[in-house]
Amino acid sequence: MTDMTVDLGGLEMRTPVATASGTFGYGREYAEMVDYSRIGAITAKGVRMVPWPGNPMPRHCEVPGGLLNAIGLQGPGAEHFVKWTLPQLRALDVPVIANVWGASVEEYAQAAAVLDAAAGVSAIEVNVSCPNVKEGGHTFGSSPRILAETVRAVRAAVKKPLIVKLAPNVPDIAPYIHALEDEGADAVSLINTIPAMAIDIEKRRPVLANRTGGLSGRCVHPAAVKIVYDAYRAGKLPILAMGGVYGPEDAIEFMLAGATAVAVGTATFTDPSTAVRIADGIDRYCGRHGFSAARELTGALLETAP
Amino acid sequence: MKHDETCRVASHVDAGAGYKRIVLEAPAIAPETRPGQFVHVRVPALADTDLRRPFSVFDAHGGKIEILYKVVGRGTEAFAQTPPGAEVSVLGPLGRGFPAPAAGATAILVGGGYGVAPLHFLARDLARSGSAQRPVVFAGGRTAADLLAVEDFEAAGARCILATEDGSRGAKGFVTGPLDAALKEFRAAGRPFELYACGPDGLLKAVTERALELGVPGWISTDRHMVCGVGACFACIQKTRDASGGTVNSRCCINGPVFKAAELVWD
Repeated sequence: MTDMTVDLGGLEMRTPVATASGTFGYGREYAEMVDYSRIGAITAKGVRMVPWPGNPMPRHCEVPGGLLNAIGLQGPGAEHFVKWTLPQLRALDVPVIANVWGASVEEYAQAAAVLDAAAGVSAIEVNVSCPNVKEGGHTFGSSPRILAETVRAVRAAVKKPLIVKLAPNVPDIAPYIHALEDEGADAVSLINTIPAMAIDIEKRRPVLANRTGGLSGRCVHPAAVKIVYDAYRAGKLPILAMGGVYGPEDAIEFMLAGATAVAVGTATFTDPSTAVRIADGIDRYCGRHGFSAARELTGALLETAP
Repeated sequence: MKHDETCRVASHVDAGAGYKRIVLEAPAIAPETRPGQFVHVRVPALADTDLRRPFSVFDAHGGKIEILYKVVGRGTEAFAQTPPGAEVSVLGPLGRGFPAPAAGATAILVGGGYGVAPLHFLARDLARSGSAQRPVVFAGGRTAADLLAVEDFEAAGARCILATEDGSRGAKGFVTGPLDAALKEFRAAGRPFELYACGPDGLLKAVTERALELGVPGWISTDRHMVCGVGACFACIQKTRDASGGTVNSRCCINGPVFKAAELVWD
């Protein structure tokens, strides 16, 4: 029997497999089809202080090995989420990570405070890396200095474990990790989608109404593994790794590279039970390789190539 | 309840002009599926791509679901290769379907091309539940080959009125021509009716307008590209009116695909 529990910066998870924000709705959508008892945490879709309509259609397109999206963080607002969505989520008996964003440092802190105070929220994930909104999102994670300022304000408003979700498109992740450590974040989520674009050559137009979007799916996985590997070596911050997690082998790869836990995103759309399948696969892998606890996989990479 | 079911293909046949009909053994999904709902299919030949493909249900009966679809792109091209006996992963039943018409009202079904699929299920369902009113179907298409399942509608006891743009079968022109004539007769005779539509957006808009003008219930089945099919991703947006008169981005997959005509906002 493998001990599957992990501690992600104070968030206790019964398995190291979470769902990624924006791919699992507000948590209830898959309740009839998926065994939530094997899921370590559900990350709800992002909310800001006010309701937000998101981007025009089309909001997505299928690309080789992945999915391009520009949903644009449509959501009902933090207070609506707390009042109407959380009570139903709590009934599902799975830790909830609330994901927040804003159009100003003040709004980030305000939304985070609302969710921090809400019963049924186990941790806060701050999105400073959405490529699909003009104001907010990636602006607040675009340099270590602005990131530090944003996280400082949110940290002051949040008592629960604070996770910050970073963008992959930086030359070096290390200064961002250091900024998070300096400002007292408890964990880091890596990676958000990679900024990307698709063009309909017959129409000579961008496929997405937002023109550009974020790339996710199998094709981003190796890029994400490299960033997680770099982040693990840059500091001591626990890592929630995401990007092309489709099966147990992808999750184990992330953990060996340094992740404490992983999140399943795009893969849920083809197989809603991906997270459950992965938890079972990690369990079997640990048995096969003589690990008594899943947490022993974190950073267990042997540095020399075969 | 939603199911994630592995279904065996019982049959998969051509229906002419690029249309196909597939029957899936779905003992969990079929008994719970209502007309207008859809299923989300993982195309076996596209195992490495990320998106399932949504299909409205042509009929659900005896533990089986039938889908009538047109080969229009990469997904349906690959799906068309699925042989009988193959296993297909299906999520369903999904979405809000068509309500039955009020007692005494006739269901007037307006479909374009493969948009007749969910309307056929409604006609069958009304017949099976012993509805006293025969549905009237207005089916339109470019040519005679795009008029689908006419015999099936007739077998379900529906009266079919047809139109093609090239005049190769039924009236020449859009189906709204014969529809308007019939709606006038219904009004003149004081016969109550409700409108149901599925097909291209032009047809949906035309039926929406008529339902609002005539002040009768209209049930409009919208078709948007989907990702998750269950309300999780917010990719398949349909603008609707909210209670305060503003517009809101509803999700076609869980708020629809069938919307009330009065709710819909067309860009």
